[in-house]
Amino acid sequence: MSQGDFERSLKEHGSSVYGERKSWLALRIDFPLLTLLLVLMALGIFVLYSASGQNLNYVKRQGVFMGIGLVVMFVVAQFEPRFMQRWAIVLYGAGVALLIAVIFVGVGAKGAQRWLDLGFFRFQPSEILKVAVPLMLSSYLGQRVLPPRFKHVFVAVLLIAIPAILVGIQPDLGTALLIFAAGFFVLFLAGLGKGYLLGVLFFGLGAAPLFWFYLLRDYQKTRILTLLDPQSDKLGAGWNIIQSTTAIGAGGSSGKGWMQGTQSQLDFLPESHTDFIIAVLSEEFGFSGVLCLLLIYGLIILRGMVISIYAQSMFSRLLAGSITLTFFVYIFVNMGMVSGILPVVGVPLPMVSYGGTSIVTLMLGFGMLMAVSREKKRMGEQL
Amino acid sequence: MADFSTLKNPQWESRLYVARASFTLLVVLLMLGVLLWRYHDLQINRHQDFATLADNNRIHVRALPPARGLIYDRNGVLLADNRPGFTLSIVAERTKNLEQLLADVGELLAFKDTELARFEKQLKRRRPYESVPLRFNLSETEQALVAVNEHRLAGVEVSAQLIRNYPLGAELAHVVGYTGRINERELKRFDAKRYKGSHMTGKTGLEKYYEDQLLGEVGYEHVETNARGRVMRVLERTDPVPGADLQLFLDSRLQKIAIQALGAERGAVVALDTASGGVLALASSPSFDPNLFVTGISTKAYKALTGSPAQPLFDRALRGQYPPGSTVKPVFGLAALDAGAVTMGYRIYDPGYYQLEGDKHKYRDWKRGGHGSKISLYDAIVQSCDTFFYDIGFRSGIDVLHDYGSRFGYGTQTGIDLPAEARGIMPSRDWKQGARGRVWYPGDTVNVSIGQGFMLATPLQMAVAVSRLAMRGEVSQPQLVSHVGNELARPVSELAKIEIPARYWDLVLDAMAGVVRDVRGTARRAIGNIDYTMAGKTGTAQVVGIKQDERYDASKLAKLQLDHALFIAYAPIDKPRIAVAVIVENGEHGSSTAAPVARAVIDAYLHYYPESLETAPAAGVLAPSFAVESTNEPG
Repeated sequence: MSQGDFERSLKEHGSSVYGERKSWLALRIDFPLLTLLLVLMALGIFVLYSASGQNLNYVKRQGVFMGIGLVVMFVVAQFEPRFMQRWAIVLYGAGVALLIAVIFVGVGAKGAQRWLDLGFFRFQPSEILKVAVPLMLSSYLGQRVLPPRFKHVFVAVLLIAIPAILVGIQPDLGTALLIFAAGFFVLFLAGLGKGYLLGVLFFGLGAAPLFWFYLLRDYQKTRILTLLDPQSDKLGAGWNIIQSTTAIGAGGSSGKGWMQGTQSQLDFLPESHTDFIIAVLSEEFGFSGVLCLLLIYGLIILRGMVISIYAQSMFSRLLAGSITLTFFVYIFVNMGMVSGILPVVGVPLPMVSYGGTSIVTLMLGFGMLMAVSREKKRMGEQL
Repeated sequence: MADFSTLKNPQWESRLYVARASFTLLVVLLMLGVLLWRYHDLQINRHQDFATLADNNRIHVRALPPARGLIYDRNGVLLADNRPGFTLSIVAERTKNLEQLLADVGELLAFKDTELARFEKQLKRRRPYESVPLRFNLSETEQALVAVNEHRLAGVEVSAQLIRNYPLGAELAHVVGYTGRINERELKRFDAKRYKGSHMTGKTGLEKYYEDQLLGEVGYEHVETNARGRVMRVLERTDPVPGADLQLFLDSRLQKIAIQALGAERGAVVALDTASGGVLALASSPSFDPNLFVTGISTKAYKALTGSPAQPLFDRALRGQYPPGSTVKPVFGLAALDAGAVTMGYRIYDPGYYQLEGDKHKYRDWKRGGHGSKISLYDAIVQSCDTFFYDIGFRSGIDVLHDYGSRFGYGTQTGIDLPAEARGIMPSRDWKQGARGRVWYPGDTVNVSIGQGFMLATPLQMAVAVSRLAMRGEVSQPQLVSHVGNELARPVSELAKIEIPARYWDLVLDAMAGVVRDVRGTARRAIGNIDYTMAGKTGTAQVVGIKQDERYDASKLAKLQLDHALFIAYAPIDKPRIAVAVIVENGEHGSSTAAPVARAVIDAYLHYYPESLETAPAAGVLAPSFAVESTNEPG
């Protein structure tokens, strides 16, 4: 396609809140967000090359995933949020159905049953729910009078709890947490009453012992105990945390240099290219590297919140806010666990950890965010 | 705020949303702050601690043991070197089932219980991924067995190490000694730094005496390892400095000849270079194979050695203490003359015995009926007349005998460069008071004057004494090593020359020549025709020699109570170059068994070295390394 064709085809799409400004800007893209994401991806690729032990295969595949992610984002960004709102229930229903299917025909590894084997590739239905739950809740609550009444809160809690519990029993605590967080943020942003919040807090405290004794598996308990005292099992469960905090601390202010981190390059650091990749970045680029990364993340979150605030409908606001805050949960949980202030749960560092699923899911979310940012004003709704 | 309307109020809702969003954004910023605080704490406040931890993770220091110095004889013949040996060790982490692996390896190599016990002990003390040795010194067959079965022996490692080797084996076992594993007592005494990475140390002989020089300096390697303990690269390396090589005065050919001449007899031969004191041969027979001790001798083999009545582990030349018998006569003859107890023309009548005044006890001559009348000092030495020496010994007194005996080296360590040399006994009044708590009797003097009684000497001391006789009082300290590395290794002898008038020397040395040459000489028949000149003195020691143990077989006691045969000699007479002392235990007839051994050694020496030697062998004939170094030196 020549440049001319491209411009012409874009013009036909035409309009946005920004009016009919210059040609291809008409494509539904939020440029500040896109720029930030591209910078983040570049940084991620850079760190991954080192963290994977200079394995170009990982880098290539990650690049492919990022490409797919970008395409997904662009495509999703072109949908009208109203369309998404309509189809939310279908996506949600399908997601929950697949989760139930996993229980019966799923395949797994290391004692967790999370995958559906489709023959040509393995697929993790819980990822769908990361998007479907905020979508469903935003859709449901966006049509209700806010703040939500008890009836609506009750339904919303059910909508969150069903998939969260289904994922939790796989068990995949990290994803369950993210699903729960995504749903909770919708509820909270929708103006959930203070009474409910206090109720949730007390319920949580009350339920903690029940969780401990009946729901958590032994390895999960070990992870929590290890957090409190990593030295108690130096070569076992504590190993990961000791090695990752060592790597982070050894980085100092400016780091040991790219590909010079001894903790990761000499395999002391486990999972160095996936969940623990922040330790590699910390060791090789130091505190300044961490600051840079957090700055990019911070700006993305800020941009997401701005988009949500300026969104055209309550559904869009709630969706955008929830997606943005869930993105933050990824960051906080991952960086917190690797640095030893949270128990180890399998949450990747967005756009930096190796892994296609999380990248595509995240980019799907950002696509929705962009769709929201370019939404046409709806009739009868004002800011 | 609880609403009255079921209608949506977009303005109200959007305000509510903005409030909630702002609040969460604030919380988000706060939590990002928590993350920043945490990373700041790890990376800035506690950076040093973690940097150290990370380095400890990856950097390990490995000791590089130095190669032990080699030992050569005077002609560059290797007496001790290092051979690569193969050790089988096991890395427990690399195998899934250690029990099974041990069983599999055991099937191939048949381990002893002691090996397994040592392995289990070391297994408990090792670091993760450290290999633990199981079998040392694999034979070629064993190596092949392991190699063929390698695929099913994951965790087994075969590595090369340097193992001490003694090419000449038993011939030099008592001189060179052997190395062995460092034991716990040595571990406490040694400087741990110097022995990092070394498992062996000199246990006896030169290996022990020159341990410091032979050891060398340990090298270090800082290596970076990955999490599985595998070495990724060497960060820093200090090469080990090999130990210094030793070159001996000793000629391994003479040593071999001495041992062959002793044959099946138990005995010792010491040959000294008279000018330098350099030890040309130092043989003790029977001997043992020192190679057995290097990697640990089996209990059975060790028991066979310690249980043998011939005592092969006992170094007779250095530690055997025998009555020197008649071999002391030249020394005591000089003593009597120089002290003025008798004159050169002094003669006696020998009835075959000697009596002290007022004592009925007869001190008998070895020859029944005596040597007759007008026995001079010359006659007394040539014929080995005991009565004459009883007389002049008594006339000299023990103080004079002790004084002169000591100056010829009796009763003191010679200072040879070997450990645990016996001192012998040159008796004196003080010695008897101290050792026996008794006063000195005149009869004691009579016994000592023919080298019996309380007097004891090692073959080395006898050789030193004859060397001093040959050199007319010039003293030198016996020394095995001529060069350490390429430095001369001569001790500074602080012993004074024995000043005795020349005419006394002439008389006594002429008599010693007569022992070999004179028709009545006691060694004339034993030595026979020689194409050079030799002086000597026979001796017979009546006392049962070395200490006896209950282990000895009673049926053999008869043989063990026979006299020891002794012979000391030097040659040539006018310009002495070699001094030899020989003892043949229970050889009975002094001249017939010991003298031929001495002659064989002297024959060989004069044959190999027709010209007189420099004081020390040239360093150039040593190891190739010396040759290379010397060509690099300017001038």
